[in-house]
Amino acid sequence: MDLKDLYQDLIVDHNRRPRNFRRMPDANRVAEGFNPLCGDKLTLYLKLDGGTISDVSFEGSGCAISVASASLLTERLKGATVEEAEALFADMIPLLTGKLPENAPREHFRKLAALEGVKEYPSRVKCASLSWHTLEAALKNAGQPVTTE
Amino acid sequence: MSVAEKLIALDPLALRADFPILAERIHGKPLAYLDNAATAQKPQAVIDAVTEYYTHMNANVHRGVHQLSERATAAYEGAREKLARFVNAASPREVVFTRGTTEAINLVAQSFVRPKLKPGDEVLVSTMEHHSNIVPWQLVCEQTGAKLVAAPINERGELLLDEFEKLINERTRFIGIVHVSNALGTVNPVRKIIDMAHARGIAVLVDGAQAVPHARVDVQALDADFYALSGHKMYAPTGIGALIAKAEHLEAMPPWQGGGEMIRMVRFDRSIWNDIPHKFEAGTPNIAGAAGLGAAIDYLEAVGMDRIAAYEAELLDWATRRLEQVAGLRIVGTARDKAGVISFMLDGVHPHDIGTIVDTHGVAIRTGHHCAMPVMEFFNVPATARASIAFYNTREDIERLAAALEDCRRMLA
Repeated sequence: MDLKDLYQDLIVDHNRRPRNFRRMPDANRVAEGFNPLCGDKLTLYLKLDGGTISDVSFEGSGCAISVASASLLTERLKGATVEEAEALFADMIPLLTGKLPENAPREHFRKLAALEGVKEYPSRVKCASLSWHTLEAALKNAGQPVTTE
Repeated sequence: MSVAEKLIALDPLALRADFPILAERIHGKPLAYLDNAATAQKPQAVIDAVTEYYTHMNANVHRGVHQLSERATAAYEGAREKLARFVNAASPREVVFTRGTTEAINLVAQSFVRPKLKPGDEVLVSTMEHHSNIVPWQLVCEQTGAKLVAAPINERGELLLDEFEKLINERTRFIGIVHVSNALGTVNPVRKIIDMAHARGIAVLVDGAQAVPHARVDVQALDADFYALSGHKMYAPTGIGALIAKAEHLEAMPPWQGGGEMIRMVRFDRSIWNDIPHKFEAGTPNIAGAAGLGAAIDYLEAVGMDRIAAYEAELLDWATRRLEQVAGLRIVGTARDKAGVISFMLDGVHPHDIGTIVDTHGVAIRTGHHCAMPVMEFFNVPATARASIAFYNTREDIERLAAALEDCRRMLA
């Protein structure tokens, strides 16, 4: 078990300089995620334009893994379709928990593959999956009025 | 303390040899175990006592006339006597075995306090309580319409005693107070609080989970109505603990859980309860755990609680000064009277990352809210990292933590 598999340069960089780290006043989907174990809290903002995620951002505080995971998520999903986001969510959890079959396609993860290292650290899986569960919640609240505070 | 004890200072290196787990290697490195406030490691004598119990004594207690039952009962009741002596309870009748501190507090909340509460009444605790000394009172308040009131602390993590006293009023029915804070290390002036309460006819429960392993506790000197403790934090197995309570209270309290052991006679129209403390010990208890607790007390008595307290105070002081030298480190909880615990933040590194990184150095600490979320809220932090010491820890363990923290800073800050 090498710590460098967990804290890869890409993850350290996204923790130090999170991308798309801002409130989005005109978001039409907002969801909050909370990890009571370590106090990680994040708010995910989505702007859905038809079936496309035209903008995505987040705010909050958390450990390096949760911040980098959220940052990488926003980078990966900007411009993606909702369908693509749902498919990624379905694959991300197995990737993080080490349950993705060896021969499963991985190209679509792109930089998100850097998060796979958490599978060796069971207590940290929740840190990496928090933003993805929050995304799922944001996508599912379709039809509900979304407050933008 | 005997003269011999005073003359011979505690030798942590010799005592470490009594704890087999301390020889474990973690990620290929020696273990520096600094998570003693979560649970303490077990000396061989405790492990042996549990094995000995299952090998030579296993039977139910107070039930059989056969030899094994006699042995099991002797081990179980022997542990009760040892614990009574250890905390200077007036009698073994004042020692109720529980699963731990949490169960002891729930017992008092439901059996002693609940029948006394009416809507508008108050239960007073402090801001620095562990969840186990908050939630049982919230439950009993919900059940009765009473209100839970929390007394404030200052920026050092000390109880504001004047404010505490002001919050005691004619509606206050009960007080719960932690002896030593698990999240901050603060030692509370429990005797003063008990005096304040008794002057107004209010009974007090002291959560002693973090106090008993670190210093001599005398429940009669404290005049505590109820004193709750956990075996596993005092080098005994998990799943055994105790409520030490004044006999007059236990006599007056209704049973909490019903079942075998807690009765003298059962008929469908009426049952008669057993004597204290058995009235509160329904079902087959954790006999092996009690045997282990007895062995842990023997061990602690042999080492000497005064020597343990003196050694740990010196190590805590040294560790505090050493960790303060780590760049970007800020200690949370700087009470003048502290025991065993250093909670801290490291600039630019989240506590959860600290926990993972120092673990790869073989250093075990706790990170998170320490089951004291109101404390985290007061200090406006999501979590802290916490090093908590025992008498088997050394300056070397602290040096290794400091080096691992430097590594955290290099990697993430």
